[in-house]
Amino acid sequence: MQAKRRRSSAATIALLPTWIAAIFIYIGTMVWSVRLSFTDSTIFPSSNYVGFAQYARLFRTSRWLASLENVLIFGVLYVAGCLALGFVLAASLDRKVRFEAMFRTIFLYPYAMSFVVTGLIWQWMLNPTFGIQASVRALGWQNFAFDWIVSRDMAIYTVVFAGIWQGAGLVMVIALSGMRGIGEEQWKAAQIDGIPVWRIYLSIILPQLGPALAASSMLLSMGVIKTYDLVVALTGGGPGFSTEVPAKFIMDNLFERQNLGLASAGATVLVLSVVMAVAPFRYALYMRARRKGAQ
Amino acid sequence: MKNKMKLLLAGAALFAALAPAHAEDKPKVEVMTSWTSGGEAAALDVIKQEFEKRGGVWKDSSIAGFGAADAAFQNRLVAGDPPTAKQSVLGFANADFVNQGLLSPIGEVAKAGKWADVLPKSILDLISYNGQVYLSPTGAHGESWVFYSKDTFAKAGISEEPKSWDEFFAALDKLKASGVQPVAWGGQSWQESKVFNMILLTQVGIDGFLKIYADKDKGEASTAGVKKTLDILGKLRAYVDAGAPGRNWNDATAMIISGKAGVQFMGDWAKGEFIAAGKEAGKDYGCMLAPQSPGMVYVADSFSFPKLTDPAAQKGQALLAEVAMDPAVQVEFSLKKGSVPMRTDVDKSKLDVCAQKGLELMSEGKIVPDQALILSPQQAGALNDFVDEFWSNPSEDSASGAEKFFAIFE
Repeated sequence: MQAKRRRSSAATIALLPTWIAAIFIYIGTMVWSVRLSFTDSTIFPSSNYVGFAQYARLFRTSRWLASLENVLIFGVLYVAGCLALGFVLAASLDRKVRFEAMFRTIFLYPYAMSFVVTGLIWQWMLNPTFGIQASVRALGWQNFAFDWIVSRDMAIYTVVFAGIWQGAGLVMVIALSGMRGIGEEQWKAAQIDGIPVWRIYLSIILPQLGPALAASSMLLSMGVIKTYDLVVALTGGGPGFSTEVPAKFIMDNLFERQNLGLASAGATVLVLSVVMAVAPFRYALYMRARRKGAQ
Repeated sequence: MKNKMKLLLAGAALFAALAPAHAEDKPKVEVMTSWTSGGEAAALDVIKQEFEKRGGVWKDSSIAGFGAADAAFQNRLVAGDPPTAKQSVLGFANADFVNQGLLSPIGEVAKAGKWADVLPKSILDLISYNGQVYLSPTGAHGESWVFYSKDTFAKAGISEEPKSWDEFFAALDKLKASGVQPVAWGGQSWQESKVFNMILLTQVGIDGFLKIYADKDKGEASTAGVKKTLDILGKLRAYVDAGAPGRNWNDATAMIISGKAGVQFMGDWAKGEFIAAGKEAGKDYGCMLAPQSPGMVYVADSFSFPKLTDPAAQKGQALLAEVAMDPAVQVEFSLKKGSVPMRTDVDKSKLDVCAQKGLELMSEGKIVPDQALILSPQQAGALNDFVDEFWSNPSEDSASGAEKFFAIFE
């Protein structure tokens, strides 16, 4: 008993610097930002409190509302797209194809690149005057049109494309390692029963990949909230606000528009939305762990 | 012996104290700008050389990118270690610094140099806060230029510069018919709002323009002017190519240089690109103000001087303010940067046709400030947003657009 207490106090002392760092750096800066969102700070922090005025203004700003809508569209399609494409890629590599290592490298390669590079590459490819559209027209199809990137209604989907292109490789790697962990005998049993391969993947393999896919979607969703560089490099938020995202709105207001108060309000809303999305998930995990503990 | 030693030590200490004091006599500056591109750096070098010729010690701390330089400056200011001088755009952005007591006034230099006599009054007002001069202007940029390729104009059969918007659109039609892209459009919001402003100036005149931006006037004349402006802006959409969204201004200028497009709306910094491509103003390309324009929209650069206690730095600030406003330096600087001197009493003979036109308008007072000079950064940003939204949405009508325009001042 005595020894146990001593050990835990040693652990506490060892963890103290981490605790201090966590409290002052992570929580402290967060509290500081939230505090600023209730002030009328412009270029410098001010301590003139204005209540919820910045939030009211934020939700009157059409650019911010557009950015929320965009990040929702992008988030859902990007995560779903990455998971679907990543799983299909993993399944096809799992068929013991030749040059598997090479394909794996090729598919994972985009993930190793910066979003800025991805954005620039896709910007060139999608530009109607010298990208895919121009190349296909040069081959003779004069009426071929692929100008999503300059269309208000479609531009956000080009961001989704570029995002999936970059992120699918990660899902593929995680899913593939999950598939390799599934026993050979399940395959044999299913094949004896004469079940087609696609059906095995869908009904037997996929359910067992739950944890792997959950981990991938967690990683991808965190990327969604942070999306900034991809949009800046690909479309600059345009045409109009059609591809604006919250992170970009916050950065613009922080530096270019010298509006610390409004930017902090935006950042606070973003943090809150993450907390609201993550909290039920954490709570469920906690309850499950407790139930297990009780048994 | 001991005393002698002490004396010697004291002497050495005194000498050591005196030696740097001698170096401190020299005015010293550390200058932070975002002027890092070829032409800009060459222009800054003009000031540096004159500064050194007059006995100053120069240290360059320039950072590429306007926003990056501003962010670095703000960080150093907050940390209590500001540079001696910072390039800054005339206008609202400096008011915060002045009100926080972070900048030092240069009223004595201004008085000694008789700035009040050689600067247009509107400029003098812009560099003064609370009745004191704080900024030392370096040069103005005209923003409401329409650059056109003389070649494409000739091929399309346009013999002279269009005088009205109707003639202008007729010319664009001719350009289209001759097979070139009529307008080289820069598809970023800041570029689009420059076009908005140049059209607005043609529709409401100088007084109307100032009334809208300075007094936030929503009267009938102002609203009608904004509506007409949006109509003209909307009409331009038909003359722009599909690749325009997001296009940089220099890529648009390249379209003019290579003869792929007819006209570009841009500030006079575009001349730097023409010069680099070996094109001559008035011969290969022309510059006109937007049709029916009673004047020019301008934006201007200056140096601001953070408050410092070091006497050498203070001397450096005074000397830099003096050098930047020297008539010969102003001309040399403008030639390299493509801008217009701020002083009205300089030797005009060296300037190209476009700069001469600009200087003439400036000395006649036929100028209106850019939004950076007259709006808060927040409002200027909202203006960019507004124009960008309007431009990219062809179904928006000008009446509801005008309503949204006046909402940016709230």
